[in-house]
Amino acid sequence: MSKVRVLVGTRKGAFLLTSDGQRQKWSVEGPHFAGWEIYHLKGSPVDPQRLYASQSSSWFGQIIQRSDDGGKTWFQPGTPAGEPMTTPEGFPKGESNKFVYDTSPETGKPLTTHQWYDGTQHPWEFKRVWHLEPSLADPDTVYAGVEDAALFRSTDGGKSWHELAGMRGHGTGPQWAPGAGGMGLHTILIDPKNPKRLFIAISSAGTFRTEDGGQTWQPINRGLRSQYIPDPDAEVGHCVHRIALHGSRPDVLFMQKHWDVMRSDDGGNSWCEVSGDLPSDFGFPIEVHAHEPETVYVVPITSDSLHYPPEGKLRVYRSRTGGNDWEPLMNGLPQENCYVNVLRDATCVDSLDPCGVYFGTTGGQVYVSADGGDHWNAIVRDLPAVVSVEVQVID
Amino acid sequence: MVRIILPYHLKMLAKIIGEVELDVAAPVTLRAVLDALESHYPMLCGTIRDQTTGVRRPMLRFFACEQDFSNEPPNAQLPAEIAAGTEPLLIVGAIAGG
Repeated sequence: MSKVRVLVGTRKGAFLLTSDGQRQKWSVEGPHFAGWEIYHLKGSPVDPQRLYASQSSSWFGQIIQRSDDGGKTWFQPGTPAGEPMTTPEGFPKGESNKFVYDTSPETGKPLTTHQWYDGTQHPWEFKRVWHLEPSLADPDTVYAGVEDAALFRSTDGGKSWHELAGMRGHGTGPQWAPGAGGMGLHTILIDPKNPKRLFIAISSAGTFRTEDGGQTWQPINRGLRSQYIPDPDAEVGHCVHRIALHGSRPDVLFMQKHWDVMRSDDGGNSWCEVSGDLPSDFGFPIEVHAHEPETVYVVPITSDSLHYPPEGKLRVYRSRTGGNDWEPLMNGLPQENCYVNVLRDATCVDSLDPCGVYFGTTGGQVYVSADGGDHWNAIVRDLPAVVSVEVQVID
Repeated sequence: MVRIILPYHLKMLAKIIGEVELDVAAPVTLRAVLDALESHYPMLCGTIRDQTTGVRRPMLRFFACEQDFSNEPPNAQLPAEIAAGTEPLLIVGAIAGG
């Protein structure tokens, strides 16, 4: 029988939740990296035992951790356990924590600044890795979306990182501005039918696409409308909270924006709103069912000022029609006095049938539905605030 | 022998119990001590000072012999007691709740 492993990143460490394919009884293990913020951890689709984790701290900066045994043991890729801590030349191997923006004449120009909160220009400053996206084909290749917004790639298992500078420097960079949570590149989607085609999203710049493996990029925000920027229809400046796709139809994208749930049927060239009858179209995560490309999940919260569910009732909303028509899913979720939030990377779906749906809250609960959202159970209730949730099915 | 006291999380990261003791050639400066520390514990690279610029991370401070060396130039010499190991160099994180 398949085994399910849920990777949970929290404000105070990482936790691994495991179950069999029934997804009813769970074991909880952790915290790993106790006391550190774990923005994201994710496994390689090629080698499920290969996990990457982003460990960070306002005090001590960014650490990249890797496990080659499914999370039993961890090491910094530049300093594997049991290996010498220095290179033959005597240099330290702390490379895996090193994220340096590309300023080279060959690939890092033009140098740019971005817009600061007050409208002045501000230099790019690395703060942390928000999201790690392992390659669909190679366990040693992994992308990192960072704050201030940029895309990095490692092709040596996380030992060294190199910026794909064409994204930050393609032309609109000076117009990007951080949201209140920082200017993070938080979503990286790889087209399973064409690995050179990537979609990324940045708060609060928008969505971008490359067709050549990250060398050149273009903004894909036509159709987005944001009242909180000077030009509501601007090419960039939209606070995209997350985007999602189904692997069988990579031209169909779904988006949860700061306000509005959106859909594109042409790979992001144009977007239309599909918020429909949602009680609020403000939220952070969006997810697509593993086997039904038109089934989409969002978790609405009240507003940009009130980051908790409407009426204190925690409800996931599901559309089986690719948007517009939404149904509340509440069976097993708290329906009174609930004032948690669900962050952008804190939902996921598994590949089992029926599809499992998972989400974590800022109140420390991790919920699972083993039937596509009809019924929910809390796997754990009292973790630190949950930042990210990913799931692996291991045969 | 220079003695260094690290914050809890850096000791956990580097699997250090108690103080760190390192041989540091004279002149014993902040830069020399941090170079030696990172050489012995490369997993600490970037956690105390920026890997590219060498600038101290903003929420850390350096104290020695009850003096604040946080804003001293990296090549400033540390007190003789630090070089002799009779007093430790303290690397201290900003206090925070939660």
